[in-house]
Amino acid sequence: VNQVPDIYRILPEVILTLTGVVVMVLDAAFPPAWARRGLGWVAAFGTVAALWAGLGQLALPMGTGFYGSVETSAFTVFFHVLICGIVLVALLLSLDTLPDDSHHQGEFYALIVFGAVGMCLLTGAVELLLVFIALEISSIATYILVGYRKHTARGPEAAIKYFLLGSFATAFLLYGIALIFGATGTTEVYEIARLAPGAPNHTLILCGLGLMLVGILFKVSAVPFHVWTPDVYEGAPSPVVALISTAPKAAAFALLLRVLYEMLPTLRPVWSPLLWVVAVLSMTVGNLAALRQTNVKRMLAYSSIAHAGYLLAALAGLGQEGIMAASFYIAAYAAMNVGIFAVVSLAGGYDDERRQIDDFRGLIYRSPLLGCLLLFFLASLVGIPFTGGFFGKLISFQTALGGGALWLVIIGLLNSGLAAAYYLRLALVSAQAPEAGKSFGAAPRVGVAVGAALMLAVAATLLLGVYPNRVLGAADWGAHTLSVVPGP
Amino acid sequence: MHAFDPIILTLILLAPLVGAVLVLLAPERGKLPNWIALATTLATFGLTLHLPAHYDHAQTGFQFAVNLQWIEKPAIFYHLGVDGLSLWLVVLVGLLAPIGVVASWNAIRERRKVFYALFLVQQTAMLGVFLSLDLMLYYGFWELSLVPMAILIAMYGRKDGPKAALKFFLFTFIPSAPLLVAILWLYARTGSFDYTILRETIALGLIPGGPLWLVSLAFLFAFAVKVPVFPLHGWLADTYSEAPVALAMVVAGKLGLYSMLRFHVGLFPAQARIVAPVLVGLAVIGILYGASLALVQRDFWRLMAFAALSHLSLITLGIYGLTLTGWEGAVYQILNHGVVDGALFLLLGVLYERYATSEINAYGGLAAKLPRTAAFFVLATLGMIGLPILGGFIGEFLILLGTFTGVSKGWAVAATLGVILGAAYMLWLVQSIFFGPESRLVASKPPDDLRLGQIFVLAPLTVLMLVMGIAPMGWLPVIEMGVQPAQGRARVDLEPGFERTTGWIGEDFGYTFSGLASASRKSRVSELAAVHSNLDLRRQVGLPKMTDIRDSSLLAQMKYREVQR
Repeated sequence: VNQVPDIYRILPEVILTLTGVVVMVLDAAFPPAWARRGLGWVAAFGTVAALWAGLGQLALPMGTGFYGSVETSAFTVFFHVLICGIVLVALLLSLDTLPDDSHHQGEFYALIVFGAVGMCLLTGAVELLLVFIALEISSIATYILVGYRKHTARGPEAAIKYFLLGSFATAFLLYGIALIFGATGTTEVYEIARLAPGAPNHTLILCGLGLMLVGILFKVSAVPFHVWTPDVYEGAPSPVVALISTAPKAAAFALLLRVLYEMLPTLRPVWSPLLWVVAVLSMTVGNLAALRQTNVKRMLAYSSIAHAGYLLAALAGLGQEGIMAASFYIAAYAAMNVGIFAVVSLAGGYDDERRQIDDFRGLIYRSPLLGCLLLFFLASLVGIPFTGGFFGKLISFQTALGGGALWLVIIGLLNSGLAAAYYLRLALVSAQAPEAGKSFGAAPRVGVAVGAALMLAVAATLLLGVYPNRVLGAADWGAHTLSVVPGP
Repeated sequence: MHAFDPIILTLILLAPLVGAVLVLLAPERGKLPNWIALATTLATFGLTLHLPAHYDHAQTGFQFAVNLQWIEKPAIFYHLGVDGLSLWLVVLVGLLAPIGVVASWNAIRERRKVFYALFLVQQTAMLGVFLSLDLMLYYGFWELSLVPMAILIAMYGRKDGPKAALKFFLFTFIPSAPLLVAILWLYARTGSFDYTILRETIALGLIPGGPLWLVSLAFLFAFAVKVPVFPLHGWLADTYSEAPVALAMVVAGKLGLYSMLRFHVGLFPAQARIVAPVLVGLAVIGILYGASLALVQRDFWRLMAFAALSHLSLITLGIYGLTLTGWEGAVYQILNHGVVDGALFLLLGVLYERYATSEINAYGGLAAKLPRTAAFFVLATLGMIGLPILGGFIGEFLILLGTFTGVSKGWAVAATLGVILGAAYMLWLVQSIFFGPESRLVASKPPDDLRLGQIFVLAPLTVLMLVMGIAPMGWLPVIEMGVQPAQGRARVDLEPGFERTTGWIGEDFGYTFSGLASASRKSRVSELAAVHSNLDLRRQVGLPKMTDIRDSSLLAQMKYREVQR
């Protein structure tokens, strides 16, 4: 008998929803002349509460609620905390980088929080229809956020591209769900796992899995479903990119792990080589394309594609090891990527006044703090030891090697050597003395909120690189629970 | 056992990091960052001096060891230790750091905080490389050492910093990708990153030879680029001509050469023995090629770069000659080269700072105007070209002797030719800068000889060169203890006397690999156990220490061994 009230199973989502509603209502109630900045703090506090509630869920027995549609386990808690953490940093970052006179600031904060609801729900859903709904909640919020700079040409363009392609991708996902339902007669993940091996129509399941993978791989921007990424990152405001390059990806990876390891683990011989190819393609295409970029955000977009590849490499590992490595990599990737976009938001300006790599020349002379932080996060992205990026890569490749994927590891590490070239270009340009007669411009102001955001990102990146034991343990625990079928 | 012994290595590693944080926190006012950096590096140097002061010469193996679990899965340990091989190298790094700070005292005028903070991080990384005994930890420091260097070259490069920095970084970063694969592969095979465990596992032949070959080549490749060995030296000249003086003198060669001895020859003796002839050939080519190119350079930084290529190749020759004499000479020469190169770089940095050019022909007749600079420069030059009674002679002589007796006379003769060329370009450099008619550039500036602070640095270096030339016995026995274990295994089957003896070389044992290859896995493990019990026995009965024999020729060792049996 399940004594846990269902509401506890989705407590963080509930808190986030309430926060979003409060922010929206306040936004509507405030006279137009009032500043909306305070609403950002409300949203941030709501997110902290959700994070705390997410940790509190560890006290619950592992299980599902709402008729077996939402699960709480160490795995979901890991991702809830991660996503809430990212959202918190993104909110703090927006607080200081959105111009005071920007329109609809209240909605902006509310949308971020609503997006977080969808992402959190996505990691906990064990019913495919709920998966679809959660994905839509998070996607629609992010579509709007991407087009937030309406006064530029790139903003709406990016939003429309993201929306159109994203809709197609979700349609694929939905189609896949339908096919799997057709083959097994259920949309519950655990039921599918039980019925799939003996299902009469095996081809239908394979097709369903393939279509679902298209939808999910689109969200994580893995090659060949990556084409939207650079355009969207370029057009969206940098704080939004900090969010969408990490949190929805973390949620989508959680879904990927759930589909592969919990729903269709028996099909491993099918999906494993498939992901091997996708991983190699993502790393190679991402890095090669990034080498040729001159725009910082486009370059980082391709870098995130490459990182999706490193992450997928972890799935070549054996069972739980692979889940653990992938979960850890997501955390490390999120920490450093949020951090670098925070720096780019500050140094580049809200309207991307400095968008080319060469525009960053002399950053360290103008603002030593931001310059050093940029170098630090770039070092982590390159994979320099004692940073989260290195340890993530190490765990990912070590796991893949344990799974026997030697060539994947060799390709991956050569790729990371290649990747150093473009990260380093940005790092070296920013460390160079400004050209004679050309000044960098005013030093960006680092406020309290953004300072806290940067500190969180630095602390997380360092912690994951220097003393990752706790996070590794949590990821390991999550990996264990993912392959356990809970009670009713 | 001193009270500091268990934590001294950790202190040595942490001291520069603490200094870096202090530098960052301090206000950038006046010379405050310089003073903090100087104090930190002097303190670190003081700490490194604890090692030779309390080193137990009666013991072989690693001392001052720390071995704590750092990360549970994968099992990475915080394993540090010092033996005869690394002991003096650590001290050398400690010694060069304050000199680097003094060399940058006036040369670095902007962003001092960033400069000194990164310089200190570089110190930690280099010390970490010499101290780590866990391969993952070692790799961590190895990679970390690249970052401050690259950033500082970009920030303070003379002409085109970022390009040189990118070249330096990619040249050394990309080869470490295969190195990491190799380390991970070893871990997947053995479940350990620990140097001593891996060394024994490999020595017992528990890892199949084919893949092990590739692993050893991956190690070698990464190290060879870092040294650099002849065809892989593309980054060297640009790095030398762009890097701030302090970094150029710190980085030269030490990490790669040490790693070759410890992690290539030391871990994969059988494989090293087979590739050794190739490396000997490349090293001799490097000696002659570097020296010939140095002869025609017009820029003194580039001249120093090719001179370094030549000298580092000579050390490589010493290492891959696989003779004990050569190894002693190699380590000794690393130390000496560090000191001499440090002095030369400091002096050239002073000249560059004053006259703002590295064009050799622009100088001339400086000796009359700057007598003290000239005196120190000439002494350092003599140290560099291996004049007897200066340190360079001992190292070069041992290397050449080892090559002559242990490898081949032809190679030794060719390498000696390189040494002669070395004298030619260095003396030509001295002549064109300091002697001859006074050039227009020199005439245009008022005489401004070395300042007191610089003399304070240069004088001890010069004395050290002299002491290292006159009294090498202060160093050689310890170095011999350090390199002997590797030697026992790399040459075993060349010397009949080495066969199947459990050596007197500390925790190591000179086994023939051929004998073991046929034995079953199980019996190998039991043999390992036997070796260990044998070692214990040896300790109990208190056999004579290896330091008791000074003569290091192989013949003498064999005789000694016979007596022991």
